[in-house]
Amino acid sequence: MDLMEYQAKELFAKHGVPVLPGNVAETADRARAIAEEIGTAVVVKAQVKTGGRGKAGGVKLAENPAEAQEKAEAILGMDIKGHTVHRVLVTEASDIAQEYYVSFLLDRANRTYLAMASVEGGVEIEQLAVERPEALAKIPVDPLAGVDAVKAAEIADAAGFTADVRDQVIEVLQKLWTTFTAEDATLVEVNPLVKTPDGKVLALDGKVSLDENASFRHADHAAFEDKAAADPLEARAKEKDLNYVKLDGEVGIIGNGAGLVMSTLDVVAYAGEEFGSVKPANFLDIGGGASAEVMANGLEIILSDEDVKSVFVNVFGGITACDAVANGIVHAFELLKERGDDVTKPLVVRLDGNNAEVGRDILDRAALPLLERVDTMDGAARRAAELAAAK
Amino acid sequence: MAIFLNENSKIIVQGITGAEGTKHTQRMLKSGAKVVGGVNARKAGQELDFTEFDPDAVLTVYGTVAEAMEKTGANVSVAFVPPKFTKDAVIEAVDAGIELLVVITEGIPVHDTAEFWAYAQSNGNKTRIVGPNCPGVISPGKSNAGIIPSDITDSGPIGLVSKSGTLTYQMMYELRDIGFSTCVGIGGDPVIGTTHIDALEAFEADPDTKAIVMIGEIGGDAEERAAAYIKEHVTKPVVGYVAGFTAPEGKTMGHAGAIVSGSSGTAQAKKEALEAAGVKVGKTPSETARLMREVFQHG
Repeated sequence: MDLMEYQAKELFAKHGVPVLPGNVAETADRARAIAEEIGTAVVVKAQVKTGGRGKAGGVKLAENPAEAQEKAEAILGMDIKGHTVHRVLVTEASDIAQEYYVSFLLDRANRTYLAMASVEGGVEIEQLAVERPEALAKIPVDPLAGVDAVKAAEIADAAGFTADVRDQVIEVLQKLWTTFTAEDATLVEVNPLVKTPDGKVLALDGKVSLDENASFRHADHAAFEDKAAADPLEARAKEKDLNYVKLDGEVGIIGNGAGLVMSTLDVVAYAGEEFGSVKPANFLDIGGGASAEVMANGLEIILSDEDVKSVFVNVFGGITACDAVANGIVHAFELLKERGDDVTKPLVVRLDGNNAEVGRDILDRAALPLLERVDTMDGAARRAAELAAAK
Repeated sequence: MAIFLNENSKIIVQGITGAEGTKHTQRMLKSGAKVVGGVNARKAGQELDFTEFDPDAVLTVYGTVAEAMEKTGANVSVAFVPPKFTKDAVIEAVDAGIELLVVITEGIPVHDTAEFWAYAQSNGNKTRIVGPNCPGVISPGKSNAGIIPSDITDSGPIGLVSKSGTLTYQMMYELRDIGFSTCVGIGGDPVIGTTHIDALEAFEADPDTKAIVMIGEIGGDAEERAAAYIKEHVTKPVVGYVAGFTAPEGKTMGHAGAIVSGSSGTAQAKKEALEAAGVKVGKTPSETARLMREVFQHG
């Protein structure tokens, strides 16, 4: 889960990474009140999970509370790269003498952690890494040893931090490391880390990504979820514990196993090219077991998606054999009927794997309305695309 | 021969008394695998009756992996413990010096995985860890450590390594008439133990494996690294498949590791890297199976 700037800064503050005083506002009036509390010039910053806010006009300086209100009014509701601004961060304005960059992240390829630091901050770090790789220090961090003062000094010195800020940076790096480990983050990034004209080092902007697998030990992380911005279907799916991602397309997809479902999306997209570019409408993995209850919940979500014109149920009977899956589908139809959610869109089912013959026979005998059976994945994808295009 | 797992493998199950542990112990026994015991510190001393699945299988629950290994001669462990206890379970198995540890558990915090991986490394890297979030390893007709269904196919000359469970089963099914030496499900987490490269290296050295199927998906750069390895070190024919061409940027697709970040980790880049290494890459799972079939027809 990627956090917004104000949420990242909450975590920074919690673990002692220095940030400027500020607060988040959902209305222009509230922005004014926060500016009054701060009592100095403030910066009003759009809170969206995308870069380039400044260029898009989403970050404005305000000399006084009235101006803060005015700027907040202009920024709230703004669209930045497809993200609507619902909140602004109102924070003390600061002069900047120098901009730096520091981060800790998960290094997948090397199965360890990586510290990155540069005395040339404030630019997109991907850009810096490509254009001036020598300016970006990358230091592996052993998960068992962590970052103590010695390791932090190694990172700071590799990046070339000057003596006037070195001690403060070493302190910031240790606090940032604590944020990284204590919060189960996969990324903590400060960009820019700045030196103010009076020589203080501060985190002016930050990015944090949290590991959702660790949510069992972080009850407080649930509050970071941006429920307003979530797709309503994704939100409903989440309530039902379904692994669902909404996409832009017309063919609803249900399958078992993440890899098979990803593959199903691809196969439907290829088949859809023949039918005026029909596309998959969602990702939905009902798990290796493919139970009737989960199947019914999944169908309910997908059938309520107005963009969906046809549904492709793609199940490989492995751990749960095909006869059990077929009975599950029949049972799912019954459950939907009981709930008053009759199946109203054509369904194409591909059932293959262990006991495929028995499973197919069960489906044929049930003669479920609007359900067609196709034996191969490629053939079924084609049929589902064709049905979606015909609607 | 096969890789990682053979007819002499003796398996213990960490978390044998849990629902998943029990169910899959039954399945492993039924498929002929030698499951010789289980581990659960709180239920040590219990005897579990699995004779319905294997007439000899009355299994003892041991308090520790070390004790289970000592009493049974086990060299393989399959872990079904819940995510919050997995790190400790892995460290315990590594400390005991088990040869192969298959971690089935899904949903482990990646910091825990990074820690237990670093621990295994610092401990001399004596334990081969497969997973987490994986279906395990099967050498059809010989042994089965994990949850891969054993009744899909028999032994044969194809080696398979995959990030995805169901795509593994699908591929085994499509090529069931040819058969497999070993299928390794390496898992879909961002940090995993055994990689595509480890399996490729072992298959290259295995005389019974004549050709290799490699299944990848979006996220990270494991497939690109595997491609570079294949170009340099693999002489056997490799057929590939990559899932997730239509996955949008920034969305996790089921597996914790399956995410396109910015322009990195795309299926297209992986496919191109594999093709540049001489790997034939199928557009769909069926086409991939056809490509493998051609290897044997022209063989």
